[in-house]
Amino acid sequence: MADRVTNVVVAGLGGQGVLKASDILAEAAFRAGLDVKKAEVHGMSQRGGSVRSDVRFGPQVFSPMVPNGSADFLVALAADQVEPNQPCLADGGILISPENVDENLLSNRRCLNVALLGFLSAHLELPESHWLAAIRSNLPSPLHEANCQAFAVGRKMGGIG
Amino acid sequence: MNQAGRMLLSGNEAIALAARHAGVALGAGYPGTPSTEILEYFSELGGKAQWSPNEKVALEVALGAAFAGASAMAAMKHVGLNVAADPLFTAAYTGVSGALVVVSADDPGLASSQNEQDNRRYAVAAAVPMLEPSDSQEAYELTLEALDLSRLWGLPVLLRVTTRICHSKSIVLPRPPREAPPSPVFHRDVRSRVMIPAYAKLAHQKLRKKLAEIARWCEQSPLNRVIRGDDSLGIIASGIAYVHAREAAPRASFLKLGVTYPLAIEQARAFAAGVRRCLVIEEGDPYLVDSLRAAGIAVEGQAEIFRFGELNVGRVKRIIAGDPTDEPPMPPGKPPQLCAGCPHRKVFETLGRLGCIVSGDIGCYTLGVLPPFEAMDTCVCMGASIGVGLGLRHVLGGDQARRVVSVIGDSTFVHSGITGLVEMIYNPPATGHVLIILDNGTTAMTGLQEHPGTGRKLDHKATGRVVYEDLARALGITNVHVVDPTRDGEGFERLLASALKRDELTVIITRRPCLLAARRISELDKAAENKPDHGG
Repeated sequence: MADRVTNVVVAGLGGQGVLKASDILAEAAFRAGLDVKKAEVHGMSQRGGSVRSDVRFGPQVFSPMVPNGSADFLVALAADQVEPNQPCLADGGILISPENVDENLLSNRRCLNVALLGFLSAHLELPESHWLAAIRSNLPSPLHEANCQAFAVGRKMGGIG
Repeated sequence: MNQAGRMLLSGNEAIALAARHAGVALGAGYPGTPSTEILEYFSELGGKAQWSPNEKVALEVALGAAFAGASAMAAMKHVGLNVAADPLFTAAYTGVSGALVVVSADDPGLASSQNEQDNRRYAVAAAVPMLEPSDSQEAYELTLEALDLSRLWGLPVLLRVTTRICHSKSIVLPRPPREAPPSPVFHRDVRSRVMIPAYAKLAHQKLRKKLAEIARWCEQSPLNRVIRGDDSLGIIASGIAYVHAREAAPRASFLKLGVTYPLAIEQARAFAAGVRRCLVIEEGDPYLVDSLRAAGIAVEGQAEIFRFGELNVGRVKRIIAGDPTDEPPMPPGKPPQLCAGCPHRKVFETLGRLGCIVSGDIGCYTLGVLPPFEAMDTCVCMGASIGVGLGLRHVLGGDQARRVVSVIGDSTFVHSGITGLVEMIYNPPATGHVLIILDNGTTAMTGLQEHPGTGRKLDHKATGRVVYEDLARALGITNVHVVDPTRDGEGFERLLASALKRDELTVIITRRPCLLAARRISELDKAAENKPDHGG
């Protein structure tokens, strides 16, 4: 991971926390001292339409957008957003969808986005402390506990902890 | 976020930070994707930022500040510069005493716009220097440079950004704080500032002379730079196209342009001569390629299909490979829609049921064109609903004419609808007309910004308020109604049906707060009640 750019696409519907999730991911990579770029389109996101955010990190990143067929991970917050975003995945790229996390284990189901980041985190070499710091700095304090719990659930299901 | 001096910022945040660091005294604009966050963030950082009724007024306010010697910024989306074009063209003649940067945020690919015009053309047409950043670090740096250039040459400078610059985040290393600009003071200089024909003739000549000097400076400017790679391929690019191209062709040589008007023509000529194939990669119109070719430089452009939409690494690879074949269509996403419980829903249901010909406008409610409503027939630009509706009424036969309704949002009405309302009174169609102002108490589409009809400023503090019903009555409309169709749908339908039958002018204001803003509006209203002496 260290010597090349890692490409992650986060996709979902307006209101699901796509942009929040990608902000947390980008900050975790930023805290690790990497070059980071993140691209998304605002404007229609609150009207329930498709939302996609690209996060890229590594030693040096040029374009902020993940080229088609080169995403190492597609994190889909809504099952119906897997298909339209499938072309972004690289051969051997990993799809992370709501099926990967048992929502019944979440203390708040609205934290699904962060739970899926937990699952993703098990596949990345970013230190857990950076993830937790990024969660705290992107969310108001009353939401910290539920989101850190969701992150831990996802991370465990991803194979760590 | 900030870590050992590094920050992860969007281009919009980087522009705002630079404006703050450079001591910009006033930032004015009108919300428009993808530019909106520039002034919001500038305000959060403690800068004086304001929403004006529209971009023309915003630019005029910023120009006044720059006449007084201050550093000022006007920020808007690409189509906003159409509205502000009038002051821009003549501000190039008058020049400024301080600094004036005009940020034009273009939207290639139409993420949230009605067209994908390329505002690099404005720099040429208005004759103002133009800078284009390629990431957030450059957005920060070039904002500082634009302010410096503007003050040095006494000219407005266009900072041209695009959706992917505005809304992408990348790392910024800010510079140490700089000295504040001198305090504003007005010096009388009528020959420079009063554009009567006699003075404007001289001002035009002075402007062209300045531009020629800037073009000479540009040839040596560090804002344009050569990245020497393999000489088999040389790429000339600017803005977001540059970073896509660096990734698509890592071994190529590059001429990376930070100043895209005036162009460093001789530098480009030498660069092109030094590579075996010289390709121009640009998003939008063939502006660079045409300009370079007009100067006699043999550069290769891109196929016409790449003029449409955004570029990305994959498309740039196709351009380099000379592959003009049809591209695979993007898989369709889920389109946005009016929120469940949106107060506009009832209005469009009713317009559909009554078989109205709906002259629409720009905002969330433009989604009334989509199923299940399909109750919009025209949408052109901010405020056009009224003029277009009147034009339809003037020429259509009575049966159709009596079905024409103009529908405009509250913020859009203040932006460009007021002059349409004046037209309605001045040149009323024989069948009268019906105007519906959809008042949801916010600029919803761009993310819930304030406007003069909310009675609150950009930072949500109370101020004077424009009241549409009072305005309509004062202008001479006798049938003015304020209703809430969500609460009384049948009453609204009866009112609209009877207004359509009468050959009179009617203004109906449908008032109910946007669902997304309702909570904040009621909290702000409560806070204002506790502090009634806000003036205004």
